[in-house]
Amino acid sequence: MIDLELQRLVHVYPDGGVRALDGVDLRIGPGERVALVGQNGSGKTTLVRHLNGLLRPTAGRVLVGGRDAADSTVAQLARRVGLVFQDPDRQIFAGTVRAEVEFGPRNLGVRGADLRRAVVGSLSAVGLDRAESTNPYDLGASRRKLLAIASVLAMDTPALVLDEPTTGQDARGTQMVRGLVGRLSAEGRTVIAISHDMRFVAETFERVVVMRGGRVILDGSPREVFAPAAWPTLRSTHLEPPLAAVAGDRLALGATPTETALVAALQSARRGVEPDSRAAEGSTGQ
Amino acid sequence: MLTLDAVWYRYPGADAPTLRGVNLELRDGEVLGLVGANEAGKTTLCLVAAGLAPRTLGGTLQGRVLIDGTDMAALAGHEVVERVGIAFANPATQLSGVNRTVYEEVAFGPANLGLPRLELIERTESALAALRIGPLADRDPARLSGGQQQLVAIAGLLALRPRHLVLDEPTSQLDPAGTRLVAEALARLAADGASILVVEHRTDLLAGIAARVVALDAGRVALEGPADAVLADARLPALGVAEPASVRLARLVAEAGHDPAPIRGLAPSATPVAARAGLESGSPA
Repeated sequence: MIDLELQRLVHVYPDGGVRALDGVDLRIGPGERVALVGQNGSGKTTLVRHLNGLLRPTAGRVLVGGRDAADSTVAQLARRVGLVFQDPDRQIFAGTVRAEVEFGPRNLGVRGADLRRAVVGSLSAVGLDRAESTNPYDLGASRRKLLAIASVLAMDTPALVLDEPTTGQDARGTQMVRGLVGRLSAEGRTVIAISHDMRFVAETFERVVVMRGGRVILDGSPREVFAPAAWPTLRSTHLEPPLAAVAGDRLALGATPTETALVAALQSARRGVEPDSRAAEGSTGQ
Repeated sequence: MLTLDAVWYRYPGADAPTLRGVNLELRDGEVLGLVGANEAGKTTLCLVAAGLAPRTLGGTLQGRVLIDGTDMAALAGHEVVERVGIAFANPATQLSGVNRTVYEEVAFGPANLGLPRLELIERTESALAALRIGPLADRDPARLSGGQQQLVAIAGLLALRPRHLVLDEPTSQLDPAGTRLVAEALARLAADGASILVVEHRTDLLAGIAARVVALDAGRVALEGPADAVLADARLPALGVAEPASVRLARLVAEAGHDPAPIRGLAPSATPVAARAGLESGSPA
């Protein structure tokens, strides 16, 4: 369980002088599921790299578990915030899936039965438990991505950051990532994900933070951030609400950020109009 | 035209073939979408169609791959490269790593074709402009974001002006605006007669750019036909492919006893290309 806090965080890259982060204030509580969305270059990846010390602030502060990250080494921060890169090939280097997943916890001093448990647990969490002896490069890109997630899971950090976890995943892979985020959060672990997939975002996270030009421009629940009133702000940064939200608006059902919310709104709308809904169900069901 | 004729392909050292008798026709002026579950053989098909497998990767191929009627196996490596361009899902793999600026990176491919200097400049600048990355021209490709690198990799391919193009998830790291630019660039290339094969998990996006769609399942073609028909096919989810959000939403609304007419406008077939590409953010992955 860990608190993460950014205070007036500014980051300027040495080349070009672009202010990638331009005064971000953000507090994320233990166990929260937070999606970070925005255009390419809006500062999402720069932001999360501050959480485990890969980048240091140009100005402002990063607090991890109440401690200023400036007082911790990258190795210390790595025990608290696990980061899965967008590109798994920047992360994977071992000759077998097992060795890849063992690397992190081994570095943290985990051995024997505990190490075994960490490896088996994290591989089965992403459906790779039968691929232990496989060379990571014999896996397709989508499964290498799941392997990268497993390697970070094995370190058992109180917070995890997933950069574009559903890229290249088919329907089942996306479903698996969605389930994993829910389980981690239920265990009290904080999960932050960067994503361009608004349907995945709306269905998986309880909080959505929208960035533009290195600043936070929207911060709320999917119901709030994807409500019609917020669409102009979303579209100002070329984001579109999930199609379920657009459908709900067309059908005058109010805010329906997910398909589940849409179906629920449809059902209650119908109950309102037709008290005898059972008969109607029999005749219209497919 | 690029044709796969009863193609079986097995990777070196693999126990079983990854492609199992694939027949596929990629016509001139056409964008053909390729879908399928993880590990269905989509990337392998791309490597075979682009002539990298077995030529570079080894392994064994049965059947024939024809480029404009000529057997790929009869062509020299440089002849294949001039005819078919390929973009990998991971742009870091694609970038040459030797060029210090985006401009040089985009010009790198056509420069190696020995083009006259003016044509080289024209091609490079029009590719940069098509994807609106002119402002990045002087930046170091290695220091760009994943999405920006992906645009640079695709611009390098556009500058080659290949007659045949194979794209493995070309927009995997792009935001909706970048995705729309790529979709528009592909539509223009196809209108000029190029044939383009696109692997894409996001079926909403595919509905906007592909005329035909092929679904692979365990190395075989499971479904093939016009995009609208294949993407609305009830067998699609069983193949591990998410149906387009618009199709699913219309079904959910009808199943809940409501008239789906008000949301028909969201259906990919009724939305212009640019608007459709913009909707991809709401699509299933």
